[in-house]
Amino acid sequence: MSPERISPDRTGLRLAVLTLLLLVAVLGWLFQGLAGNRAFILGLRLDRLQALALIGAAVAVATVLFQTVAQNRILTPSIMGFDALYVMVQTLAVAGLGITGYTTLPAGAKFLAEAALMTAMAVMLFGTLLGRGGGGANDIGRTILTGVILGILFRSAASLGARLLDPNAYAVVQAVSFANFGKPAAGLTLWAAAIVVPAIAVALWLGPRLDVLGLGRERAVSLGLGHRRLVVGVLVLVAVLVAASTALVGPVTFFGLIVAGLAQALFPGAPHRVRLCAAMLLACLMLIGGQWLFERGLGQRATLSVVIEFAGGLMFLALLLKGRLR
Amino acid sequence: MIDVAEVSCRIHGTEILAPATLRIPDGQITALIGPNGAGKSTLLRLIGRIAPLQSGRVSIDGLDLAGTASDRLARQMAFLGQSTALASRLRVGELVAFGRWPHCHGRPGPDDRAAVAAALAEFGLVGLAGRFMDELSGGQAQRAHLAMAAAQDTPWLLLDEPMNNLDLAHARTLMEALARRRAQGGSALVVLHDLNFAAGWADRVVAMKAGRIHAEGTPDEVLTSDILSDLYDTPIEVGRHRGRPLVLHHM
Repeated sequence: MSPERISPDRTGLRLAVLTLLLLVAVLGWLFQGLAGNRAFILGLRLDRLQALALIGAAVAVATVLFQTVAQNRILTPSIMGFDALYVMVQTLAVAGLGITGYTTLPAGAKFLAEAALMTAMAVMLFGTLLGRGGGGANDIGRTILTGVILGILFRSAASLGARLLDPNAYAVVQAVSFANFGKPAAGLTLWAAAIVVPAIAVALWLGPRLDVLGLGRERAVSLGLGHRRLVVGVLVLVAVLVAASTALVGPVTFFGLIVAGLAQALFPGAPHRVRLCAAMLLACLMLIGGQWLFERGLGQRATLSVVIEFAGGLMFLALLLKGRLR
Repeated sequence: MIDVAEVSCRIHGTEILAPATLRIPDGQITALIGPNGAGKSTLLRLIGRIAPLQSGRVSIDGLDLAGTASDRLARQMAFLGQSTALASRLRVGELVAFGRWPHCHGRPGPDDRAAVAAALAEFGLVGLAGRFMDELSGGQAQRAHLAMAAAQDTPWLLLDEPMNNLDLAHARTLMEALARRRAQGGSALVVLHDLNFAAGWADRVVAMKAGRIHAEGTPDEVLTSDILSDLYDTPIEVGRHRGRPLVLHHM
């Protein structure tokens, strides 16, 4: 049964506070400094708001799901080589099509192709590895290790491809190889929403099963969970969400670790539905509030992605040093 | 009844379990004994479908393991392995409540709450229900996992070394709980290292050695000096106490 929480009131209160803070950030982002052609500016801000919310939700949910499957709170999907695959694909596309060909690719088709490619890779990798040896507990570890090795392979291939590019083409690849929350890819919000929203809905629907999955393979099987099918399905969801967020802002390494870690700290032992919602709220709050602060408060004198990745890196180290590997 | 037919297991070419055929009657406590590496846990994990069947066939109360849905089997048998490590941060009451998953799939009713309360009480965990699992001693954590298996309320309990970390009193409490279940028609297949618990509580004993079934029968038939000395490759004496075997290995 879904565990009965000791203090549901406090859970509700904390979620309400997070929601309220997010609401303040959204209103601040939308309306602070609104002058001139208000409708036009508001439209632009709304577009970016939607993109930031999608990215935050996608990264948060992907990380929480991945950590549940991996039974490890220090891992993020980027360790599976998804980001590296994305950079490699961009490098090969620029090398093959040239700058003009690459930049004139239809945004929607390119986005869908990238998402399909990354999902196909996930299915091939997880389906093959988890199907071997009967899906024993070690297969998760083997799958992750294979992902790490593939990530190195993809990075090496991208690096090799980059060496073959002229400086202008290389600059194009560099521009898409690092996260940029300030300029989400234009024209992709609807495409991303069409993928991210259903994926998050499925993740929330799976919440109680994810709680059982979090007990570990042996207990989950004993309780009647179709473990292998659920693990593969969840990892495909992770691939879809990572593909969508990466296509929107580029690779994000540690952001998911921060929000998943904070959600766990604020809601210890909470069921997945609560943790998923909390992680999404925190992610959206950090991205929208952060962009609001950095753009309007600091006048673009700092970059949110750098701060987030730096803070995430510190958190990663802190978790490592505290020995919280599981 | 659990019917094991020609079940075997190899890992990387090494035979862990030779083809084994065994019938484990229901309504009884059956102890699996034997030295380390005998294949006891492997056999239990194959029966509990934790490890995939490589060959042969297992059925439990007429349900073929290979052809029965996992959630149906979860209402027929509960499996508890040796590891009590948890990645999730849970309170004791929450862990035990997960035992009701096969019955309610996350929507607990009064029966489920009653079963959880009974399991907590049976293993002396009522006072610890609100504590996080990572704040417990090894023995308390083991009792919480046992309570979760009990809350699953299945006709069969498959327990792999359930005495791990338990003190003598709680080990006895566990065996008494199994005996109460037996009186109500329940069955248990338990890997035991303490042979006197097998002698005192089991109805049948299956002795394994080197991946093979070495002997099986009642405690009186299996727990003899000759069989046990041969099983463990060390001299073991067996006396009698209140009409049951008493294994003496410290003389």
